[in-house]
Amino acid sequence: MVFDLTEEQGMIQDMVRSFAQKEVLPKAAEMDETGRYPEELVRKMAELGLMGIAVPEDYGGAGMDNICYVIAMEEIARACASTAVILSVNNSLACDPILAFGNEEQKRRVLPPLASGRHLGCFGLTEPGAGSDSGAQKTTAVREGNHYVLNGTKNFITNAPQADTCILFAMTDKERKHKGITTFILNMKSNGVTVGKKENKMGINASATASIILEDVKVPVEDRLGNEGEGFKIAMHTLDGGRIGIAAQAVGIARASLEDALAYAKERKQFGQPIANFQAIQWMLADMATEIEAARLLTYRAAWQKDRNARHSKESSMAKLYASEAAMRASVKGIQIHGGYGYIKEYPAERHFRDAKITEIYEGTSEIQRLVISQALLKG
Amino acid sequence: MRFELTGEQDQIREMVRSLARKEFAPKAAEIDEKSRYPEENLKRLAELGLLGMLIPESHGGSDAGAVAYAIALAEVAGGCASTGVGMAVANMAGEAIYRFGSEEQKRRFLPLLVSGTEAGAFALTEPSAGSDAFGISTVAVPDGDTYVLKGSKSFITNGSRAGVAIVMAVTQKEPKKRISAFLVESETRGISHGKPENKMGLRGSNTVSLSFDDCRVPKRNLLGEEGEGFRIAMKTLDGGRVGIASQSIGIARAAIEAAISYARERRQFGNPIADFQAIQWMIADSATELDAAWLLTLRAAYRKDTGNPFTREASVAKVFASEAGYRACHRAVQIFGGYGYMREYPVERHLRDIKVTSIYEGTSEIQRTVIARDLLGQGHR
Repeated sequence: MVFDLTEEQGMIQDMVRSFAQKEVLPKAAEMDETGRYPEELVRKMAELGLMGIAVPEDYGGAGMDNICYVIAMEEIARACASTAVILSVNNSLACDPILAFGNEEQKRRVLPPLASGRHLGCFGLTEPGAGSDSGAQKTTAVREGNHYVLNGTKNFITNAPQADTCILFAMTDKERKHKGITTFILNMKSNGVTVGKKENKMGINASATASIILEDVKVPVEDRLGNEGEGFKIAMHTLDGGRIGIAAQAVGIARASLEDALAYAKERKQFGQPIANFQAIQWMLADMATEIEAARLLTYRAAWQKDRNARHSKESSMAKLYASEAAMRASVKGIQIHGGYGYIKEYPAERHFRDAKITEIYEGTSEIQRLVISQALLKG
Repeated sequence: MRFELTGEQDQIREMVRSLARKEFAPKAAEIDEKSRYPEENLKRLAELGLLGMLIPESHGGSDAGAVAYAIALAEVAGGCASTGVGMAVANMAGEAIYRFGSEEQKRRFLPLLVSGTEAGAFALTEPSAGSDAFGISTVAVPDGDTYVLKGSKSFITNGSRAGVAIVMAVTQKEPKKRISAFLVESETRGISHGKPENKMGLRGSNTVSLSFDDCRVPKRNLLGEEGEGFRIAMKTLDGGRVGIASQSIGIARAAIEAAISYARERRQFGNPIADFQAIQWMIADSATELDAAWLLTLRAAYRKDTGNPFTREASVAKVFASEAGYRACHRAVQIFGGYGYMREYPVERHLRDIKVTSIYEGTSEIQRTVIARDLLGQGHR
């Protein structure tokens, strides 16, 4: 057991923290208010090598480990949860499946633009009728010569309006149910691809979420990722990684709630003294900090398992479940410590609450995480 | 960051797990039922070097380190929580003597504690000084070659079994209150102990009050410097809290394991109850929280091993592990339903045993105070 960061991990933490505090944090409230996509920040994150952190340098990435990835995620999310999810989707849901399941040609062709941030990726699994039951795909892909023809609708797709590339799932064999799902690397500029209008969300407003409508979209056979029927496996593997990123996002949001509440509690005076002197406030702060540290360790552990190519479904689910629910609790306490001011948009506490909520839902709801964990324990 | 045990830590875990499961667990119900002190278990731990894990080999210890100690203690507590607390107090008392004692004191007391010949005790709490530990009123007045101790201590684990107790007493009241630590041997005249407390759980561990009635302790038994006692107590508790966190996790793991195997077997509505999400959710939450608790505990132990400050980390581990462990034991009783309430099954004992972990060696409330002070920059660090 070693609980120290390596030199590289420490360096990335310092670098991303400084970037996030100086350049991301000052814009977070405005981006939340206007729902503006932070194009300039994504460009800067690309320059810093953050769009493909765990992708080997040969394929245009930064060649670091997944602990570096979650460290970077936490720091960005501490400043702006929306910016963090853009980063997470590109790293975990677009780059990672190509790295894990792509052939050499695909890795040479598709990864460098994504990992270097010249292109942006998205992940098309969810459908109107396939949320937690992601095997119930209605989108179809029919092979015609050297192409597949895709039809269907994906919804709630993060990054869809800006994305150049989508890791897309479709049924190639309905009879085989989830074993009949296949994965495609979809060029978003293909004919027949329409992006729906941006969803109007409770939080993570600067990240764009939209549906993708596919009408007779032709995808060349060489853009099939993995084999026919391998899609569900690819989706689950990819989400195992993605959940680590979301756990880190949740830790970042929780830390924002704590740090803001801590600063407020030291300044705000009631009954003649700073409210930080009252045990009622101290207890909330102590619980927030304790749970954040627990969540962070679960997240690091899952990332470490992934780095060793060890099975990590259970560990990822534990990290995501715990971190997201801890973030929710922390953000509620953050508002409570601010009292009436916590309810006012002038202070960031209410934004953290709105941003935290999604971490319990996307990339597998808390309920799906509990299912994964209990299956591992009861069947194992 | 590396989340794997070293080969040696892994070996210790395997060895202690097998001992705890084969030898301790089968007797745990009987020990609880009869409130019997598990003397033979502590002897076994001594034989295997598990009572001096934090003491160098030069002084008879096994020098296994805080991480290995946390691992071993969790396994022992999973088999028998009363044995676990005996192990914890022996290691804690030994470490305090090793860290703060003179060479002569180390030579005199450590072999007895490490070999299990004598049990140790740590006597800080008093009837009116629980969380407010600095409020103790037992006094020690110098008189020639001795200090004369007067006062009483309460809830002392191993109190009537210990060959030596580390006793905190006030050596100066004005202008500034100062506390000193003493190594008080059991045969010293003027010591008496009350009858064993009748406890909710940990019934195999010995908990008594101690009274000092003009009890003369030789000056050579002063531990550390005069006036250093409170610091010694707090330092000792930092390490102790990591131990209690481990103990909580061991007890709770035993409860979860029992609940999982019961849930697979027990059938209702035509299915094993493990097929129902209501049961799955409880198991998932317990396992997740315990994994988090374990990582917090090992982190605190790791910081201790590497010579870093770990007061806050120890408090974080203890409050989280004891409360998460309690929830896990409570859910285990719930999964067993009516059977969970019966002494025929072990989970009600786990629930009774674990309750004390959020109370002793600093209540959850004291841990939160430590953590909040650190966050607010009012800590000692």
